[in-house]
Parts: sequence; C-alpha cells; structure tokens
Amino acid sequence: MLSDVTFGQYYQADSFVHKMDPRVKILLLIAYIVMVFVAKTFLGLFATLIFLLVTVVASKVPIGSVLKSIKAILFLVVFTAILNICFYSPKNGDTHLFWVVYTEGLISAGFLALRLVSLVMGSAVLTLTTTPVSLTDGIESLLKPLSLVKFPVHDLALIMSIALRSIPTLANETERIINAQKARGAEFDSGNIIKKAKALIPVLIPLLISAFRRGDELGDAMDARCYSGSKVRTKYKKLTLTFRDLVATLVVAIAITGVIMLNAYDAQIMLMLAKIWG
Amino acid sequence: MRIVAENLTFTYNKKSKFAVDALKDVSLTIEEGSFFGIIGHTGSGKSTFIQHLNGIIPVSAGKLTVGDINLADKKKIVKKRYKELRSKVGMVFQYPEYQLFAETVFEDVAFGYRNFYPNSTQEEVKRAVFNALSMVGLVHDCINKSPLDLSGGQKRRVAIAGVLVSNPEVLVLDEPVAGLDPIGKNELMKMLHSLHGSGAVKTVIIVSHDMDEVCENCTDVAVFSEGKIVFSGKPKDVFRRSEEMNGLRLGVPVTGYLIDELKNIGVQIDSDFTREDFAKKIADYYKNIK
Repeated sequence: MLSDVTFGQYYQADSFVHKMDPRVKILLLIAYIVMVFVAKTFLGLFATLIFLLVTVVASKVPIGSVLKSIKAILFLVVFTAILNICFYSPKNGDTHLFWVVYTEGLISAGFLALRLVSLVMGSAVLTLTTTPVSLTDGIESLLKPLSLVKFPVHDLALIMSIALRSIPTLANETERIINAQKARGAEFDSGNIIKKAKALIPVLIPLLISAFRRGDELGDAMDARCYSGSKVRTKYKKLTLTFRDLVATLVVAIAITGVIMLNAYDAQIMLMLAKIWG
Repeated sequence: MRIVAENLTFTYNKKSKFAVDALKDVSLTIEEGSFFGIIGHTGSGKSTFIQHLNGIIPVSAGKLTVGDINLADKKKIVKKRYKELRSKVGMVFQYPEYQLFAETVFEDVAFGYRNFYPNSTQEEVKRAVFNALSMVGLVHDCINKSPLDLSGGQKRRVAIAGVLVSNPEVLVLDEPVAGLDPIGKNELMKMLHSLHGSGAVKTVIIVSHDMDEVCENCTDVAVFSEGKIVFSGKPKDVFRRSEEMNGLRLGVPVTGYLIDELKNIGVQIDSDFTREDFAKKIADYYKNIK
C-alpha cells in the first residue's frame, strides 16, 4: 500500500543514540561521511563498518532495519559496480581475467560498492534514530548563522517540517483517488509508458487541487493561531548538549584518527596479519 | 445482482506489527432490489467491506459473489471481469467531488463511460452523459463548465453522475450526504430514492452514521462493529434493540428515543420507526383514548 511509504522510517527506542542532540548527530554524520571517503583501503572501510556496527548496537535499532535502507539504492550500487568493472582502465601488471574484466577492476568496484553501502547505512542510522521534527530542528539550529546574511532559516525549516508531515497525508489521499478512479474503470497498470503516464492525469489533478486546498487551510489555521515566524518565537523543546554528545564526538574523533592511521600503515598491518595467520 | 458474502475476512498490513483485522468472518446477503444501509463507526470495517464489492480490495479469505461473479476465485478472475464488475457495481467514495479532474463537466462524466466502453462512438458517449446528468437532476447547460466552478452540492452530483454513466445495477455510496447542508442532504436522498424507485439502479447500498437517514430510506440494514456484523435485518427489527444500539454508541432514530420516552410514561407505541408511521401511530393512539 502507498501509505506504507514513510519518510525517515523513524524507529522508536530508548537509546544512547536516540537521546543525542540532533545537531550533533547531523555533524557526526557528516564526519562519518568524511571518514568513509578518507578510508583508502578495505581495512579502513572495515574499520568504519565496525564503527557503524557499534553505533547501531548503541542505538538499539535492529540491524535488519538498517540493512533495509540498502534496498533503495541496490540498483545504483550494482549499476556503478558494473560500470566500474567494464570501464576499468588497466595499468601495468594488472591481471586480465576475461573480456574487459581485470582482478583490480573487480576489487575497485567492490570497494566502491562497499563505500556506497556504508554511506547509506550511516545516513539510515540518523533517520532511524531521529524524528523528522527534531531533525528539522537540528538543521534549523545548524543553519542559524546564515540568518546573519538574511537567509530565511526559520521559514526554510518550517517548510521542511510541513513537507515531511504532508507525505503520509498525501500518500493516503493518492490511494483514495486511485481507488475512486479505478471504480470508474481507470487502469493504471496496463498499456505502454505513454498510456500509463496519461492514466495518472486523473489522479494528479485532484491530488494537486487537494494539496493546494490543504495548504490554504493550514495557512488559515496558522494565521488563526497568530503564527508569524518572528524572532521572539521561543521553542517548546530546546536543544541542549549533554555528556552523550561529548562521548559520541570523542568516539567519532578516535574512529577518524584510526582510519587515517590505517591508511598510512596499511601495508605494515597487512604484513603483520599475514605473519599471524602464517 | 445479488451480493453474497460468506466468512469474508480481511487484515490490513498482514504479517507486520501494525496488522489490523478490518473484517472478521462477515457473512451478509444483499438482495437485488433492496435499499441497503450499512451502519457502523469509523474503523468498524464498513468501508473495507464495500471496497470488496467491486474488487478494489481483493478477497483474501472467505467467499464473495456479486451477481454471477465469484470474487474469491482468484484464478478465473481476469482483469476483464474486474472491469465488467466495476461497470455494474458503481462505487461513490466519500467526498466524491475530490476526484473530479477534467476540464469540463461533460469530459469528467464521460471518463467512466470511455473507460468501460472504449469503442463507443461520440454519439453514444453524449447520450450516456446526458442520461447520467439527468439522473442526478443536473441541467444540461452545465456541461461545458469546469467542475471546479460548481457549488459543493452540484460537484457531488457531477461525481455521482460520473459513476452512474456506466449504468450500474448496484450503486454503493460511502456516506453520500457527509458535509452537505440539510436541504442538500434531503435532495440527495430524494434523488437516490427516485433512482431506486424508477429502476434506473436496482440496488442501492449506502454507508451511514445517521440512524434517521437509514431508518427513513433503507429496506434492510447491517450494523458493523469492530469488523463484525452485530445485527442485520429490517430497520424496525434492528432499531428495536435501542439498548444495544446505544451500547455500540450508534443510537437509534429520533423516533426510537421518543418511543422509549413514551414507554417510560406508560404509553406503548409500536412503530417501524419511520416518521410517517410514527405520526400515524400517535394519531391512532390519540383517537383511541378519545
């Protein structure tokens, strides 16, 4: 069903990660993304994945939910991997397997795929542990410095939270309209692509009309409550930094340092591992 | 078309932790020619039930036959049959005016006809549209207007015409009078009556919260609660159970409350709960004590 489509797929739980300040979580996600890009070797990537695993355990979100986020980009991952394999430009000393496929090409494709997957899973941890509302709160607070250059930060945050809030409502509405048009004999899953696109007109127009109507009504309702995005507006939930945020920041800092070290000493570590395994 | 449901069961979001049993073992027969009322609260399963009738929700457990179409038979039901079913069982959803989309009233009403009869000539489409518009009591000079320029009541009529255009034998309406003013409500119910009376639509099924509306109009009723049918039968038999109906927080028609009040002061009135009959019985009683 369409209404199953939820943005952000927040997972309710009481955990260390859930209780963190959304601003810190956003910044740490950025740090994590940097970390993933800094990692130059498989060892570094595995280190980031271990860090991710620790975060997931600390967030009490079932690992399955995090893995599910890969599903959405699976096509992209496979597609880029195939492109990487096919268009690999071989260097001297590369092992040719067959056609245009080289062992090194396979390795670099695998590396890229792993990098993409870890990026998406990291972002999923943020959306799984943070409600859309506190996420926009966090973004608003982080963007605040921009208001010095007359950037409408508050309005932007408001638009974002309303947009997020409207997704399930509109999904419901879409389903209702689709059913109503189906009852009038409309078919949505037959014919060629042009026919299919045409079949959507009787859905999109009523949907657009009702979106405008809802927007109008919401505007009136906000007006009736004397809403204005004024500067003196206070917040019900104030964002505060706690020891958790400090701990998490330290952990991320250590992880990044670790990944950089791994980059530098990769060869030595590999040798050491080889020795241990004989 | 006779509609027979046997042990119809449906669960939303099956296999997830949000699973909701919307219908549990619903068995119900709706005879051809009846004006059927379906009563129940929001979430009682009545909307889920009616959406089974034209295949919007496929049968997942239990049996359902509409006319000669066996909806539970998953193999033989091909899309063609669904289309045929939907042309014969017209479904008017809640607030149907929100589904209008075409540039003109004519085009909007014609939408359904063209879907069901793709090979029809322009002449046939015209005839069907004019016929449908006159069935809902709209004058033909509105056909070139944008449906968005009409009043609320008119929009709803256009939407109903858009369903009637395929000449359905059964017309299902989900809360057809919701959001209309009292006059609009009366007119719409009158219109449904004349459609039913003239035989233009053989069976009418309405979903409603309003006991008075159901009592005044319906020949049969079924009461849904928590996905089950608690009572069904003639309105006068169902509304006689005023205590149970109050217990379900549905209540009875105003005449039902009056009959209860009269009983409290020792006056026994036996009426079928329609206003007309109630007035007659009161008059009889008054004549008798004189």
